[in-house]
Amino acid sequence: MNQRSYFTHLDALESEAIHIMREVAAECANPVLLFSGGKDSVVLLRLAEKAFRPSHFPFPLMHIDTGHNFPEVIEFRDYRAKQLGERLIVRSMEDSIQRGRVILRSENQSRNPFQAVTLLDAISEFGFDACIGGARRDEEKARAKERIFSFRDEFGQWDPKNQRPELWSLYNARTHPGENIRVFPISNWTELDIWQYIGQEQLEIPSIYYAHEREVIARNNSLLPVSYLVQPEAGESVQSMMVRFRTVGDMSCTCPVASRAKDVEEIIVETALTRITERGATRMDDRTSDASMELRKREGYF
Amino acid sequence: MSVVENVEPDHAELLRFITAGSVDDGKSTLIGRLLHDSKSIFEDQLCAVTKTSNKRGMERIDLSLFTDGLQAEREQGITIDVAYRYFNTPRRKFIIADTPGHEQYTRNMVTGASTASLAIVLIDARKGVLTQSRRHAYLASLVGIPHLVVAINKMDLVGYSREIFKQICAEFTLFLQGLGFHSIEYIPMSALLGDMVVERGDNLDWYSGKPLLDYLESIDIGHDINALDFRFPVQWVCRPQTEEMRDFRGYTGRIESGTICVGDTVTVLPSGLTSRVKEILLYNDRFETAFAPQSVTLTIEDHLDISRGDMLINSGEPPRITKEFDAMLCWLSEQAFDPGRKYIIKHTTRTVKGLITRIDYRVDINTMHQEPVNILTMNDIARIGIKVQQPLVIDAYAKNRGTGCFILIDEVSNNTVAAGMICSLES
Repeated sequence: MNQRSYFTHLDALESEAIHIMREVAAECANPVLLFSGGKDSVVLLRLAEKAFRPSHFPFPLMHIDTGHNFPEVIEFRDYRAKQLGERLIVRSMEDSIQRGRVILRSENQSRNPFQAVTLLDAISEFGFDACIGGARRDEEKARAKERIFSFRDEFGQWDPKNQRPELWSLYNARTHPGENIRVFPISNWTELDIWQYIGQEQLEIPSIYYAHEREVIARNNSLLPVSYLVQPEAGESVQSMMVRFRTVGDMSCTCPVASRAKDVEEIIVETALTRITERGATRMDDRTSDASMELRKREGYF
Repeated sequence: MSVVENVEPDHAELLRFITAGSVDDGKSTLIGRLLHDSKSIFEDQLCAVTKTSNKRGMERIDLSLFTDGLQAEREQGITIDVAYRYFNTPRRKFIIADTPGHEQYTRNMVTGASTASLAIVLIDARKGVLTQSRRHAYLASLVGIPHLVVAINKMDLVGYSREIFKQICAEFTLFLQGLGFHSIEYIPMSALLGDMVVERGDNLDWYSGKPLLDYLESIDIGHDINALDFRFPVQWVCRPQTEEMRDFRGYTGRIESGTICVGDTVTVLPSGLTSRVKEILLYNDRFETAFAPQSVTLTIEDHLDISRGDMLINSGEPPRITKEFDAMLCWLSEQAFDPGRKYIIKHTTRTVKGLITRIDYRVDINTMHQEPVNILTMNDIARIGIKVQQPLVIDAYAKNRGTGCFILIDEVSNNTVAAGMICSLES
């Protein structure tokens, strides 16, 4: 028997997220949960277990694979889906490129901005009317204004000026054919909340979130992970350092931070002390312009 | 900021609050000050804001820039409804609903206030109580926010005068009587210079109360939820239909109010059938007792026909089961109310068709006067009568926020067009 009399802020956030997931299950005809293997979507899966067990999830999992993901993360994605016994759909950008739906200027270019094309194609292939995602409002100022049930038109676009009012916890999940809703159950969580929850629930996460030795290049105040996509330019040197990733995205634009944190407790300590935002530290694609996330979202990006 | 304090989640709670005021009252500066002085601003954000402040030729950093919004807003010089901000202190996690003070004020404030337990109404010490101060306090009380903080800002511009502070308190107290707040606190401050926001500062020694952040960290919000009347709207029925769980039926949902124990008798509404609680589950946890606002899965002793939209209750004051009720409505849509159109009502987990049968009056939110109207347009607050196709299980909003609220959805556009708060039978 488990008896807790104190309702912590994590309990409050968890209960809200479970309630949101169950609303999706009850109100949407054909939802899907986007699972990348990253820490936020790992938390989503635990919340789905809490919402729906002992049943199977009332939706499949889906990953939009840029083809530039860290191998450790892809391995973890498949492992976790199998462990849960849930169906995992993978749609890859490579296919979108082959079919001419995505045209890249160079092989090494960041693929993040083009994920939207593959995602929207997958949504129409399966006829999904709701996509559950792990975005958080504290990540970026465009997200701060997004609804928990975020309505998208038939082109997958977000119109920040034309959002449905969202009051209490009465979510409006109604769509016309072709439209869909993006649902963000952990909208109100911060990076610190995520780590505290991973600690509390003892969740497994991909190994690259923990400090490990990696070859990196220092460039523009960031540490770039050396891979077949990122090689030193003239005058740059490769160094081996203890680092960890705060986010895991496209290998060409996701940077690790120097860290010695080997377990969740140490990451929590570092997160509580850190003075740089998660996306500011680790994502080159959000620094391109002041409004880059907002523009990508309007085009259908998550 | 010490490490040990900041990573200790066990005694943290969640406080959601709203700030009401216009740019002129220093609202953005106050939020910026709270974030900055509680060390919730990150280096890259600070760097960006410092750069912009310098570019604009300012002496000190412009704290209001921390809440600067989207490109679409900057281009047009407008602010798009509600933005949410987050900060943690060792004692609590805070969620701020930040709403702009423009034409759509009512709609935005009602939206942001719907989930808040506390409202901060800003008053410019030079100007005293204005029409908008009364409007903000009225809206906060309409949406049932239990706690009010009156932040009397810009004290630096009135020489930190205790007399002026006292005058404003006295005048506003008269107005606030009867609005139904559980607690009201007046705090003098200068958001610009930081006095009495996070730090006490040296200029308001005559004030014996707590600085704002200290107050927000320590206010008791544990008693805001109705703890007596158990209300459990069924969200989704869990039926694994596997070999070993052929008969398992779990009723999932979030407890809106009250508590429930294993063995308690529960009544299913609207059918009226009763049974007893067998288990209270959540994933691998089993509970003896659960309370609002926990999300749980309940199993019961008997096989009853229970589905989404039904409500489980136990002893305690019963809710009303009705097809007709009165409510205060806030019209949110740019499209005016159309008596010829059908609307959908979402109340708890139940969705039904409904009609507005009467508009009793509209409230002029500047004077609080009631005026007769035939039409409702965006930002209107009105008392109305509603008739629904299927019975709803309702409570008065004043008694139970979760089972007293509803939204109106336009059947054609699927837009959320209005928010309603159910009136008690007597009023």
